[in-house]
Amino acid sequence: MTALLGQVQLRDRSTGEASCVADNGFCPSWIADNFDRYVDPLLQHVFLTVVSLAIGFGISFGLALLAHRRRWLVGPITQVTGILYTLPSIAVFFLLLPLTGRGNTTALIALVAYTLLIIFRNVMAGLDGVPTEAKDAGRGMGLTRRQLLWRVELPLAVPEILAGLRIAATTTVGLATLAFFAGAGGLGEQIFADITFKSNVVTAGGLAVLLAAALDALILLAQRAVTPWARARA
Amino acid sequence: MGEGAGVSTTLAFLGEFGDAIEFIVEGTTTREGNDVGGLQFLELTWEHMKLSLVAMAIACAVAVPVGLWLGHIRKGEFFAVSASNVGRAVPSLALIAFFVAYLGVGFTNVTLALVLLAIPPILTNAYVGVSQVDNDTVDASRGMGMTETEIVRRVELPLALPLVFGGVRTSMVNVLATATIAPLAGVDSLGDPIINVNTYGETGRLAASIVVAALAVFTELSLGAAQRAVTPKGLKLESDQQSRRRIPFLTRREATT
Amino acid sequence: MKIHRLTGLLAVLCLLVSAFAMAACGDDEEEGGGTQTSGEQQAAIESNPDNQGTTITVGSKNFTEQKVLGEVFAQGLEAAGFTVEKQLNLGDEKTAFAALRGGEIDAYPEYTGTALLSFFGVRADRIPKDPQEAFEQVRTNMEERNVTALPPTPFTSSNEVGVTRETAQQNDLQTISDLSQVDQEFTLYGSPECRQRTDCLLGLQQVYDLDFQRFRPVDIALRHEVLTKGQADASIVFTTDPQIKREGFVLLEDDKNMFPPYNSTLLVRNQIAQGETGQNMQDVVEQVQEGLTAEVMQELNARVDLDKKTPEQVAGEYLRESGLVR
Repeated sequence: MTALLGQVQLRDRSTGEASCVADNGFCPSWIADNFDRYVDPLLQHVFLTVVSLAIGFGISFGLALLAHRRRWLVGPITQVTGILYTLPSIAVFFLLLPLTGRGNTTALIALVAYTLLIIFRNVMAGLDGVPTEAKDAGRGMGLTRRQLLWRVELPLAVPEILAGLRIAATTTVGLATLAFFAGAGGLGEQIFADITFKSNVVTAGGLAVLLAAALDALILLAQRAVTPWARARA
Repeated sequence: MGEGAGVSTTLAFLGEFGDAIEFIVEGTTTREGNDVGGLQFLELTWEHMKLSLVAMAIACAVAVPVGLWLGHIRKGEFFAVSASNVGRAVPSLALIAFFVAYLGVGFTNVTLALVLLAIPPILTNAYVGVSQVDNDTVDASRGMGMTETEIVRRVELPLALPLVFGGVRTSMVNVLATATIAPLAGVDSLGDPIINVNTYGETGRLAASIVVAALAVFTELSLGAAQRAVTPKGLKLESDQQSRRRIPFLTRREATT
Repeated sequence: MKIHRLTGLLAVLCLLVSAFAMAACGDDEEEGGGTQTSGEQQAAIESNPDNQGTTITVGSKNFTEQKVLGEVFAQGLEAAGFTVEKQLNLGDEKTAFAALRGGEIDAYPEYTGTALLSFFGVRADRIPKDPQEAFEQVRTNMEERNVTALPPTPFTSSNEVGVTRETAQQNDLQTISDLSQVDQEFTLYGSPECRQRTDCLLGLQQVYDLDFQRFRPVDIALRHEVLTKGQADASIVFTTDPQIKREGFVLLEDDKNMFPPYNSTLLVRNQIAQGETGQNMQDVVEQVQEGLTAEVMQELNARVDLDKKTPEQVAGEYLRESGLVR
């Protein structure tokens, strides 16, 4: 039953006929047809995650090297990054708003803040876990402190460091779903665009989970590639 | 009002943050005549805590026994450990949205979503805590004639308690943070002024953000203190640093997998 | 351990991949959109080179009808040669109006009733019932704020109290006044701003003297969901919501005439409305909204809410189907 009004065709929708889409159902064919609307949010999400991981890694790695030389810094750094890690991300987005405004900057600052504790702790644990014998051997070969760090300690700490990066990656993907509160888009915005439509929620949420899994797998593969000796040990 | 003026002058240098703190302490009345801020924050904090605590209670009741039991029989490691990995990969917003789309809004549904969110870290930590207990210790207890239940209760649980508590702490902070988005699903919490900015204004939103942040930090610190308090004396010999590192997702064992 | 982890990961990946594969093979349920049978063609919007130098940022509030309206105006203006930017999804009326006055956006559609209530403090029962009169009042008030209110749309929409058919039958509800029998046991859902609007919760309390057991603020997009899922006994919906027909909701009659009529008027900053190309812009807006009757608006809303098209697609369809854009 259709009626013409002006030139826009009207469909009678009072029949309530079953329709997966209109019933807000989970409709594979709809998802297949409309997948393109998830591409941009996904890319924004990847951007937010990767950039904050990169910055977060840079900062915490630097802090860890510093604390490795000056042990007394470990406590304060752990405490400060621990507090940052505890702050709920939505709260942080809005606490930053008066200072940095809406947009990517605010989202990135908050997301970076979360990665610090995880990566810092794991870099420290990795460095602390280097066997004394290995360090002694290095010193015996006449390595300077700097050489010892870069040639012996850090390579041996790689598995633990990358394990930290994996945790940080999955956590960041999850937190980035809230970045739309800071006006930075991402998959969260898409989830929220139609929170009652199962197809939408499952697709956007599923993509976030997939992204987390993919990053996790990628870092794991990288870890295997750069630490062939670990494979022999396992 | 005189008192209010006092507070605002003191806080003036803080700018918007000062206004927000004033909003928390004294509240204000909107043009429509709604009283917002001030005492209302106590109410919202209570709603927020109620939601979080109910979810945590259910999560503990489920995850602790299962984790202890799996750890005791040393089975299901893959399940117990991947629970927290999978849990971390599922964004809390997606979880809430999933519940809204499939079950609808309301206290029960949001609580359920939070329970699901809270279970993995507790389960994993309980499992790792118990399974880490030295096999020789367990055998010695058996030799002393203890029943399996007694072993769990009197040997494994006390030794695992710091880790179990660590899991509860992680979950609690996470649940508190996530409860902030509960108003999206029709449940009152401290997220109300954050999400419904027009009712409370920008100042109200900032104020709520401050309260949520403070609540999370306070909870984290007090649970941290409690965790140290439940650590058996023998284990305290290890430094706090080290016991922290043994929270499963940071253990060396995990790291090298 | 290592192997296990990887297998687990692979399992998850496989599951997701197969889900997508299934999606690709699933039968196509999508209905072919209305086949357009064109009657008399309306004059198409002509691109005017004079307009190219003017950039207009069009905004909208955060619900379907607003987003569709925002897109319709944005695409119409674009067709007329304006440079158009969009900021659709600005939240509630206060956020949108603040954005307009702050110059963040240049125009957004607002309902006459909402403007009088929320911006000028007019009580719901004092709002003129005559749409034109209500519009005139908005226009004069807006002038003082350096905002031009363009002539209203043909369609009228309003807030409504919606209940399910079962609820209406069980409690013998026909009018809003009938709620006074059951309000103590009823949970009312509405958008968060409903709490402080006299054409919403405040009005129901003051004009109808209703005292609901509780009011639950919920995101505006969930206004029907809470009824179908049974969480709400009553929910505030809009007249032009297509879900009402589909789900068979009963709209309670506003027997005390509290809900004012809402026609949409495009609010434009004077800098733009009275600028060089201001008249061109106003002409385009009037041309574009001429076809927006209640039936058409409901259809457009339905294409977004029920057919799950994007507001952008639907606005494009409207402009093409009505011959405004070729």
